[in-house]
Amino acid sequence: MQNHTGAPKGSWLTDPRIRAWVFQVVTVVVVIGLGWYLFHNMQVNQQHRGITSGFGFLNNSAGFGIAQHLIDYTEADTYWRVLVIGILNTLLVSVLGIILATVLGFTLGVARLSKNWLINKVATVYIETFRNIPPLLQILFWYFAIFLSLPGPRQAHGMLDMFFVSSRGLNMPAALLAPGFGPFVVAVVVAIVATVLMARWATKRFEQTGQPFHKFWTGLAIMIVVPALAALLFGAPVHWEIPAIRGFNFVGGWVLIPELLAVVLSLSVYTAAFIAEIVRSGIGSVSHGQTEAAHSLGLRNGPTLRKVIIPQAMRVIVPPLTSQYLNLMKNSSLAAAVGYPEMVSLFSGTVLNQTGQAPEVMAITMTVYLAISVSISLLMNAYNKRIALIER
Amino acid sequence: MSDIKQPGADGIIRMEAVNKWYGQFHVLKDINLNVRQGERIVLCGPSGSGKSTTIRCINRLEEHQKGSIVVDGTELTNDLKQIENVRREVGMVFQHFNLFPHLTILQNCTLAPMWVRKMPKKEAEEIAMHYLQRVRIPEQAHKYPGQLSGGQQQRVAIARALCMKPKIMLFDEPTSALDPEMVKEVLDTMVGLANDGMTMLCVTHEMGFARTVADRVIFMDKGEIVEQAKPDDFFDRPQNERTQLFLGQILH
Amino acid sequence: MTTHQFKPDLPPPVATVGVYAWLRANLFSSVPNTLLTLVALYLIWLIVPPLLSWAIFQATWLGDSREQCTPSGACWLFIEQRFGQFMYGYYPPELRWRVDLTVLLAVVGAAPLFVARFTHKLRYGIAFLVLYPILAYCLLSGGMLGLEHVPTTQWGGLMLNLILATVGIAGALPLGILLALGRRSKLPAVRVVCVTFIEFWRGVPLITVLFMASVMLPLFLPEGMSFDKMLRALIGIILFESAYVAEVVRGGMQAIPKGQYEAAAAMALGYWRSMFLVVLPQALKLVIPGLVNTFIALFKDTSLVYIVGLFELLNSVKQASADPKWLGMATEGYVFAALVFWIFCFGMSRYSMHLERKLDTGHKR
Repeated sequence: MQNHTGAPKGSWLTDPRIRAWVFQVVTVVVVIGLGWYLFHNMQVNQQHRGITSGFGFLNNSAGFGIAQHLIDYTEADTYWRVLVIGILNTLLVSVLGIILATVLGFTLGVARLSKNWLINKVATVYIETFRNIPPLLQILFWYFAIFLSLPGPRQAHGMLDMFFVSSRGLNMPAALLAPGFGPFVVAVVVAIVATVLMARWATKRFEQTGQPFHKFWTGLAIMIVVPALAALLFGAPVHWEIPAIRGFNFVGGWVLIPELLAVVLSLSVYTAAFIAEIVRSGIGSVSHGQTEAAHSLGLRNGPTLRKVIIPQAMRVIVPPLTSQYLNLMKNSSLAAAVGYPEMVSLFSGTVLNQTGQAPEVMAITMTVYLAISVSISLLMNAYNKRIALIER
Repeated sequence: MSDIKQPGADGIIRMEAVNKWYGQFHVLKDINLNVRQGERIVLCGPSGSGKSTTIRCINRLEEHQKGSIVVDGTELTNDLKQIENVRREVGMVFQHFNLFPHLTILQNCTLAPMWVRKMPKKEAEEIAMHYLQRVRIPEQAHKYPGQLSGGQQQRVAIARALCMKPKIMLFDEPTSALDPEMVKEVLDTMVGLANDGMTMLCVTHEMGFARTVADRVIFMDKGEIVEQAKPDDFFDRPQNERTQLFLGQILH
Repeated sequence: MTTHQFKPDLPPPVATVGVYAWLRANLFSSVPNTLLTLVALYLIWLIVPPLLSWAIFQATWLGDSREQCTPSGACWLFIEQRFGQFMYGYYPPELRWRVDLTVLLAVVGAAPLFVARFTHKLRYGIAFLVLYPILAYCLLSGGMLGLEHVPTTQWGGLMLNLILATVGIAGALPLGILLALGRRSKLPAVRVVCVTFIEFWRGVPLITVLFMASVMLPLFLPEGMSFDKMLRALIGIILFESAYVAEVVRGGMQAIPKGQYEAAAAMALGYWRSMFLVVLPQALKLVIPGLVNTFIALFKDTSLVYIVGLFELLNSVKQASADPKWLGMATEGYVFAALVFWIFCFGMSRYSMHLERKLDTGHKR
């Protein structure tokens, strides 16, 4: 290389590009070195304890019972099946919790914006109370102080003689397949297709003629009438098995165990408080000028809300809402404290104690949570991108 | 007080003894204002004088507590139907544009015709394009408000209001939030509108606009109409001490 | 020339002010609104009187054994009798003055930082942050200066929650700042390492981290080296929390205008100096409310060490209510614990909101 100016070129030591390279190489070496060191220690320790590492143990028979499993399970089944049950139970709690928390949270958020002073204050008190109490404490409270202190099955609180709340959980009628089930499913599919077609037709007609059409109510009618007709013609799709007392417990029907109820209730009550605040600030972030502009154009409150306020509020609401969903999913691991058989209590608890395969078990548990987290994030990011505002 | 002839019962807007309070604060005091069809009125006055509140009462963005307001034969009461009828006939342009940022320019313009006038989409779009042409930005129809300059946004806001084919247009300081070089393009649009015979009420401090376009200039202070006159009389021979003081402040 | 005679201000019509108008506007403005009011009243009637009756009117406040408690109300005797355990865990009762002294020192020591007129806040703050933990450790753990040694297995109750939360956030702060710098670094390798680290901890629940700390940490260390249970939990908490702190700090750094970075570069400050002298001081000031919120979340999360068997407040309540003398008093215990957590968290969240408002006015424009 030639140096035409004659000015000093500077040493390679102070060349920012070389510095950057050196710094990065050092970082990578340190990270890999540390990782290797920890891994090495772990192997040595495992050897000394006489534990063979590897995931082979997953094929062994588990040999313990599980209080709630969504798929068939016996003690002879493998740890693989235990893993699947753990994931399903975690997902069950998360999904139920997310649905309940969303409904409750949006209701409270709107209540928080209400001009009705009393409703507003009730919502405020709720939010300030529940978001400042640790979710674990709420779970323990619901479980030990409420559900376990409910009367036994024989004195259960009955509702309509079909639902029973007792210290054994919530017993409710089970739907068992009946001959009419096939036609019923077909009818439901037909109804869905018809509703979609109707909605499309209605939108098209609205665009062409400006005549509004009650999409929602018509759709609802189709969704009710068609399956009902099928049920009338071909017989009921399911028959209900109503729980009944035999001896000291209920027989028949489905049961939600108290652990599940305690966890779902407390997590949704806790998360709803945060969602309410998110909804409130989301709707509050849409400037009052938008409402005024819509009103000045003659739009009523309904269309103003649906066409102007909500679409704008949603883009403020969705990102923090996502992290609340993620929090709820992660908090579902608190169920371990009351022995609900989800990922942590099944795997990091029972399986770890039985097998002693700590690294493998922990790796599996964390991978499952990471996988669920990433899926929820990706889903919500995609949605967020769709509704994002286009600025210059 | 004023030599101008107040239109009588034929006014398209009739405000009689309108009073309004914000909490304990008396913002409008016995406002009497009649506006003829096709009349162009400019309201001016110091800030907090109640001029914006006055025109916001005309489409009931603000509620008055005493007196009566009749717009195009419909009295403004708590009846939602009546309010909606009035709002259909009255367009409004805001200081901060208030375009809907999540909708394209075209969708901003077709929203109300489709949902309020129950117009077919195609027809609404044709009308929207017509008015966008008129404010000279048809090529921006598929952009979003955030991609436009302030002046362009305000012209879109005018087009959006016009799409409802209103009989009356209200302007609430339409040029106050604009950069100086964009004021003219918005004023030009408003002058065009005035020349077509639209009934207009403008709250503005653009005195040049007031002189060339207005049929009547109204000066308000402390919630009252202090003086109203034809622009020439108003600017050259203000009758009132307050008016003179105000004009002295803004014309120099 | 005329002078306009202004009309006098009149009071608004009676129908729009006063109690009646307020009730009308806020509770009974329309039929749906009236229904909502009635529903809310019904809810309040359903919940509040029984709650008050249980917690206050029918409750037993004085006495020393459960036999004195009325069955229809709360038995606060349980809390009174076990208050020491809830606050200090199994810390020897005759040594509890050391805990009190530690808390007192913290309050007295930190007080100057909240006095607006005190000018040497930064220097004082750093000195406090370095000296206080050493002093606190000596006092709590003992084993020197003639103080009797108290092993961490005896630490517990609210004291343990506070220790875990404060040490946790203090330890997570420097690590979090480094991670935030790394995540915004221009060097791809550094960025990848930091992003992976942050997203990993943010993607897993704290419980799994605590489990990992308690079962995996001994495996990761060379033979013969080990930490006690509390320290292991603390390491887990610090690593976990550093990821959240990093994200909060990153938010603050993003809020600093680009001009500040450019100005620092234009003054020939190197990377580290422009970060530590220009960007971070501004960013950290911005993120104080965010850090307080992170601290609140962490304080609530310290209850999770219950699951790995440390005797923090919740576990103390559980232990105490398992005592045959007080069997069935779990409800009172949990309500008390909830009240303690609530007071701390609500107080801090109010403080954070106050800060936010204060900082907001300072940073607009």
